[in-house]
Amino acid sequence: MPRRHGRRPRHAAVPRLAVAFAAVGAALFALPLVGLLWRASGTDVAAALGSPAARSALRLSLICSLAATACSVVLGVPLAWVQARAEFRGRALLRGLTMLPIVLPPVVGGVALLTAFGRRGLLGQWLERAFGVHLPFTTPGAVLAETFVAMPFFVLTVEAALRSVDARLEDAARTLGARPLTVFRRVTLPLIRPSLVAGAALCWARALGEFGATITFAGNFPGRTQTLPLAVYLALESDPNAGIVLSLVLLLLSLAVLVALRRRLGDAL
Amino acid sequence: MTVSAMATVMPTIVPATRGPRRLLLVVLLAALVSGRAVPAAPTPGAHGGGGDTITVFAAASLTASFQALATAFEQAHPGTHVQLNFAGSPTLVQQIQDGAPADVFASADEANMQKVVEQKAVVGSPAVFTRNTLEIAVVPGNPKHVAGLADLAKPGLIVALCGPTVPCGRYAAEAIAKAGATMPDASQEPDVKAVLTKVSLGEADAGVVYVTDVKAAAGKVQGVPIPEPGNVVARYPIAALVHAPNAGGAAAFVAFVLSADGQRILATFGFLPR
Repeated sequence: MPRRHGRRPRHAAVPRLAVAFAAVGAALFALPLVGLLWRASGTDVAAALGSPAARSALRLSLICSLAATACSVVLGVPLAWVQARAEFRGRALLRGLTMLPIVLPPVVGGVALLTAFGRRGLLGQWLERAFGVHLPFTTPGAVLAETFVAMPFFVLTVEAALRSVDARLEDAARTLGARPLTVFRRVTLPLIRPSLVAGAALCWARALGEFGATITFAGNFPGRTQTLPLAVYLALESDPNAGIVLSLVLLLLSLAVLVALRRRLGDAL
Repeated sequence: MTVSAMATVMPTIVPATRGPRRLLLVVLLAALVSGRAVPAAPTPGAHGGGGDTITVFAAASLTASFQALATAFEQAHPGTHVQLNFAGSPTLVQQIQDGAPADVFASADEANMQKVVEQKAVVGSPAVFTRNTLEIAVVPGNPKHVAGLADLAKPGLIVALCGPTVPCGRYAAEAIAKAGATMPDASQEPDVKAVLTKVSLGEADAGVVYVTDVKAAAGKVQGVPIPEPGNVVARYPIAALVHAPNAGGAAAFVAFVLSADGQRILATFGFLPR
């Protein structure tokens, strides 16, 4: 936000050596993107994007990643709240569990989801018997897989923000008679709004690119669970150029959102 | 001297005050140099240093049999190490086209091998080294009573097939067409092992895999045979690659797979003679 930028004292210049390292780091991210652009040049972009399979995968990707972000916000805000503020035994364990999907290979995550929510899984067999709910190989299953992998990014961001909130502001509201939920809703959440948005954006970007957990848990049904990363994987084998164009769409889409958010939110992201 | 050795020696010979900065510079240079020194990750055997490594890219359906072939080959050639890379055949073709340092390619179909041949990446011409047929894999006990390919399109049945570009997927489509059945709405899996996993976990009701896969899954899935005239015979070609880092090893391994010993090992996994 410009207001804050104006007041901030200027930092010392970054040493040239650090800039050199930063350039190598940036090249690591930029070169693969340039490589894709280079390989895709001359490809009929319209044909690659115009195919019904590509369009249905793009649509499904947007739906699933947005739904996964919504689930992450609904479940993730309370989870971050508990992790940041509640004092209880096993909090370290809970934090570790929340981090787990970040370090777990997504395919392993997918198998773990099957053992929990599959039709022979712990909860899955009960879900199917009691409600006839069947998650694997369905669109909600793809949303579940993406939520599993992406929600940690939201929770971590929001938890860090909750810890840095000035407790005196919340105390002031409390002494004025506000109840905890009101304090959280009217004081705390507005204070951490930039982190909420940043966390949701990271979570969405991760969900959009999810591959391993989705293909393992939800399979690869065109129109139902075949999101763009899955379509890219199959297209790379039959028509590499189309696969590369689809990859580029995915990359540019995420990049555009992340850049736009960074501009609006400044430090939070 | 290796890069890491250089980095650890440097601080002792530069003045203490300039140490950290110099060290950073050395590490940076070392990173740049080593980045250039490794153009395409050559295998250790490529330059004759240390043990001899043969890198074999093989179709996923060959997993168990090629592990056994590799072990037998290593026993017959002490000091040689066979490095195996398993994936769906199209993935392997893509990797070979992108310059992966492979010595041998064993494909599950001739179409994928043909792509490598067209790139002029194959030494001589590929040889068919084994054959395989298809079978329907179902959950043990066959609770959904799948009797044949025509049953796969039954409503309420969850079916996993290989993707249309993966050999087992193309063969399955061929067999389903031969049976006059409709193509089921199926999950398109990246390779045959993924199909098998979904059936053995009980998440998919049925999948079309190779006879050898059902045999390898030993009890975790049950096979429903596809009768002879409607079945498809998969022919597996093998070839040494032109850009093989270890050309001699590549030729020796191909010869071993085609030999009587190699054929015997393949037969124990249910593969048909070439």
